Amino acid sequence: MLSRSAENLYWMSRYIERAENAARVLDVSYRMSLMPSAAPKESLYWQPAIEIGNDPAAFGAQYGEASQSNVLHFTVLDRANPSSVYSCIRAARENARAERTRISSEMWEALNETWLAIADLDAARLDTWGLRAFFDWVKSRSHLFRGVTVGTALQDDAFHFIRIGTFIERADSTARILDVKYHVLLPSGEEAGGSVDYYQWGALLRSVSAFRAYRNVYRREIAPWRVAELLILYPAFPRSLAACLAEVDRTLGPLAPSERLECVRLAGDLYADLRYGKIDDIFRDGLHEFLEDFIRRNNRLADRLQSDFMMSAVVE
Amino acid sequence: MSPSPVFDEMTGPAGGPRPAWAALQAWLDSTPLDLLHRKRGEAEALFRRLGITFYLYGDGAAAERMIPFDVLPRILSAEEWATVERGCIQRVQALNMFLHDIYHDREILRAGKVPADLAIDNDAYRPEMAGVDLPGRVYSHIAGIDIVRTGPDDFFVLEDNLRTPSGVSYMLENRETTMRLFPDLFAGMSVRPVGSYPDRLLQNLRAVAPAGRPDPAVVLLTPGRLNAAYFEHVFLAEQMGVELVEGQDLFVDGGRVFMRTTGGPERVDVIYRRIDDDFLDPLAFDPESVLGVAGLLSVVRSGGVTLANAIGAGVADDKAIYSFVPEIVRFYLGEEPVLANVPSYLLRNPDDCRYVLEHLDELVVKEVHGSGGYGMLIGPKASRAEREAYRQRILADPAAFMAQPTLALSTCPTLVEDGVAPRHVDLRPFVLSGETTSLVPGAFTRVALPEGSLVVNSSQGGGTKDTWVLGE
Repeated sequence: MLSRSAENLYWMSRYIERAENAARVLDVSYRMSLMPSAAPKESLYWQPAIEIGNDPAAFGAQYGEASQSNVLHFTVLDRANPSSVYSCIRAARENARAERTRISSEMWEALNETWLAIADLDAARLDTWGLRAFFDWVKSRSHLFRGVTVGTALQDDAFHFIRIGTFIERADSTARILDVKYHVLLPSGEEAGGSVDYYQWGALLRSVSAFRAYRNVYRREIAPWRVAELLILYPAFPRSLAACLAEVDRTLGPLAPSERLECVRLAGDLYADLRYGKIDDIFRDGLHEFLEDFIRRNNRLADRLQSDFMMSAVVE
Repeated sequence: MSPSPVFDEMTGPAGGPRPAWAALQAWLDSTPLDLLHRKRGEAEALFRRLGITFYLYGDGAAAERMIPFDVLPRILSAEEWATVERGCIQRVQALNMFLHDIYHDREILRAGKVPADLAIDNDAYRPEMAGVDLPGRVYSHIAGIDIVRTGPDDFFVLEDNLRTPSGVSYMLENRETTMRLFPDLFAGMSVRPVGSYPDRLLQNLRAVAPAGRPDPAVVLLTPGRLNAAYFEHVFLAEQMGVELVEGQDLFVDGGRVFMRTTGGPERVDVIYRRIDDDFLDPLAFDPESVLGVAGLLSVVRSGGVTLANAIGAGVADDKAIYSFVPEIVRFYLGEEPVLANVPSYLLRNPDDCRYVLEHLDELVVKEVHGSGGYGMLIGPKASRAEREAYRQRILADPAAFMAQPTLALSTCPTLVEDGVAPRHVDLRPFVLSGETTSLVPGAFTRVALPEGSLVVNSSQGGGTKDTWVLGE
């Protein structure tokens, strides 16, 4: 398939996944801010949503304080922020529009309808919509799009690039959410496993749809290292880093020609570390360091995918 | 032609419907108006959901718009269509022969049938194409012939579009829509299908591939998603099952054109291009163009790739050449034209120029090289000041203008706010050339929606209608 098509489709699914993850993070911040034990400063709940995002510096420069309305404006409505929910959905739809011959008409219609519903979204409309209802809607549109994709798309190269986009983005997001939340939730000086607020860990799990999964897998009280294990290493949980990289590794198989591409090696290497990794080792060497390293390697893999498939093919 | 009463296509001489329209008239009589309005709403929602839109220039940022769709079809009888079909095929065959001739032996110029300067000094003439032999000698593989009607048997060609005519996606999508909205009405009439257009287009494109390519790769080259007709490019690529490419996806190497794919370079044989000549190759034409492919012209000249339509085809659809098309038909085919031209005045001729300046309030004046309804003067509708301003433009460069009488364009019943009312229409059938020259029985009908308006261009508030060609 055309290199440019591969790139458009890959970004289409990355953007829709990014919109979903933004909605998840914001939903948690909002829920926490409503807790009875709410802290006096609302920025405590909303600052993490900025930290998790791709460009905290841009927020600081333009908005200053992480108040609820500032954070919502930046992460949901801001047309100039390429990672706002608005911009992500617009970009996903634009990429889909460029590839209408490659995707099923149901996929296009699902994305186009999503875009039309928010094309004139502003603070007043968001308020009328209701925050919880809006976040749920974004998540459900993303679920719908993924379901429609699996249910209607031809399972050709285009489909594989769409899948890879989803899992590269999701791995990045899960790692960021865990990294930032872990910092916020763990009071300074306290060892992992100390007494932390049940609600807050519960909210973290909910933000990645892992609350019930945690209960089913561990059947124990919520403990930080088990949360980390679930989100990093547990292969059967679809938002874990291991599950995402397994999917990328597996999907690259049919795409890579017989010659060995660097992106295939990078994906296999990263996946192996997750497949055979142990949570004790990760904590011993530092969770934050591990996650930072993961995000860096995941980005390098993404860059390499781009150069191996998407900007390639100029014959000398 | 003297001003005549407006011909309504549905209404017969005695006031009742003409035979082809009888079923529609009966259906209209028994269908409540609010149902029609509801159907129009459904159609609009459908078009929006499917993303059938075009981009409009001139509002600062390009805005995504929908062309208004009128739910009432326009109907052509089998006999009427036979005339249109025969006339279009004849015209396009002759124009392709004309193009081959002026890029080779120029017999028609030597015979004095067309002034040499009009052809050779024309901006659309491409000296680079002189002597280049094209597969099947086809220059305009896809032609859109704009036709207007003033009476039961009076069809006139207003313009030949031989470069990158658009609108065919509306012919196909409008049909899908009317069949969905009014299945009973549709089923009750024998409407000839148009759905084979993409297949036939692909077949013709494959037929003009470079020699020795048994399974040629065809691509559709688009300027990109901000182009006004992008939806149509997507639609046609999808319907034909060919790659939709942009200039950056193609490159030239060793006298061949390749596309960049995730599996490496793949050779391209036929390019259905929807980019104007000027932007096709930055090495040969506009060096600023980022839409084209560097070196493409050299591959075309050596026969390594076929472009549809060919570079330089525009010289034959120029408004100045237009007035010679009847002569062109006679010269190459030895036949009388089936479809007449609208009489035109070329302002390069001093007599014509004097006449036009004296009758500005009766005439339509256009730029010879313009298109899309921009920059024209509709004399009877213009204010005195507008006519004066236009007169100054003409005096500055008379040769840049041509004029035609204002035609009493035919009308068709159209759904408007307060009911069904006649509105002026034109007709653009699409003529395909490759293996043979042919048309699918259908066309893109444009309708001027404001009451009394004669401007059907979508960029100027025109809408579209489905066009039903009836079987024998």
